[in-house]
Amino acid sequence: MATNSTKKKPVGKMLVMGLISLALYALLLAKQDVVNSTFAKGGWYAFLPIITAFVFSFVHGSFTGDFWTVLGVEAARKKKEVK
Amino acid sequence: MHDIATSFINLDAITILYLFGVGFVGGLVSGFIGSGGAFVLTPGMMSLGVPGLMAVASNMCHKFPKALVGSMKRFKYGQVDVKLGVVLGVSAEAGVLYGAGIQEKIKAAYGDAGSNLYVSVAFVVILATVGGFVLYDAWKTYKSGNANTEEKAGKLAKWVQSINIPGTMVYFKAINARVSVLFTIPLGFATGMMAATIAVGGFVGVPAMIYVLGAPSLMASATELVIAFVMGLGGSLKYAMHGMVDIRLAMIILAGSLFGIQLGAMGTTYVKPFMIKVVMGVIMVIVLFSRGLMVPVYLSQLGLIDKLGDTTVKVLKSSSFAIMIFALLLGAFIVLRAMWQGRKAERLQHAAGALEHGEV
Repeated sequence: MATNSTKKKPVGKMLVMGLISLALYALLLAKQDVVNSTFAKGGWYAFLPIITAFVFSFVHGSFTGDFWTVLGVEAARKKKEVK
Repeated sequence: MHDIATSFINLDAITILYLFGVGFVGGLVSGFIGSGGAFVLTPGMMSLGVPGLMAVASNMCHKFPKALVGSMKRFKYGQVDVKLGVVLGVSAEAGVLYGAGIQEKIKAAYGDAGSNLYVSVAFVVILATVGGFVLYDAWKTYKSGNANTEEKAGKLAKWVQSINIPGTMVYFKAINARVSVLFTIPLGFATGMMAATIAVGGFVGVPAMIYVLGAPSLMASATELVIAFVMGLGGSLKYAMHGMVDIRLAMIILAGSLFGIQLGAMGTTYVKPFMIKVVMGVIMVIVLFSRGLMVPVYLSQLGLIDKLGDTTVKVLKSSSFAIMIFALLLGAFIVLRAMWQGRKAERLQHAAGALEHGEV
């Protein structure tokens, strides 16, 4: 199934990032009333949704990347640069 | 602070799953063609009761982190021209601000129906011309049997590359040529305006990079993600300053779209470059019909044609939305199919290579 059998799969990293991601989402939804009222205040509070988006993209992006790698879905190996 | 800030919808499990699912499919398509998904996400959120501007703002706030992850992934494959992306992205930002200003003026003068009509007409005109051309070009490439050969810059791109305006020339890796920023600025601006108007700047940005600047399809679609990041970040900040972002919606969509964008980005390494044009052209042309169906509804709301019956409006609205979802799903299907076939071919090639090696 895996296209690259020589590389070790990042199972541990995927699990850690997956758990952090899950915790972030749980927190966001559990505290949605506070989040809604604070994040939508406008002005300088505008940085809150932006920072949140960066944090989620880092954590969840790392998790989803490893998720596909662990499943054996990876980019084609020969085409490093396509013109 | 704003009345819009009080219009947060209640999230139940179905809504979360719906946003996650649409996010995934949208992410898959944008990982592949550089944009997409927003045309379903924005009306999709509105159908859940999210006010229009909040839907646009929340969509934008999921777009820039998604584009960041996607562009980083495709950068690894050597497909991203960061300089071109930033140069176009900055001018796109100006286009977004200008486009949003026009939207606000239209809304103030003609109300929601006027604003919706403007968006739909822009959709139909842009998608008919650009989408039709992209699809025709992909078809031509397919028929000519040159799908495997390296893409060459067209006549217009060659002309653009031949113009030398001292003091404005910049070298771009994607094009492997120097081009005057006097050409890139209007292209970026138009991309931004489209992003502010129809939410999918890439429908202008990607074809512009391919046909006007002469960038290969894979480079153009990957670089579009950089533009989307720059543009989305600025746009989100602007909307957030007015308290219009529903971060819950944005992050739930992001949850699905980050799974999708990774897959779509990987998909580009398996396919022939003209497939980018196929997916983009097919989606654009189908969405064109979807938006076209809504034009009579808005015309009737504005009193420019006879009033349509409630049932007719309902049928037109549902059909329009269903066609849009179909466009996105078809795009995702083509991406997954192409990726599956590419993986299969690679495995076969690998097996044949191993066999040959074993025989020697």
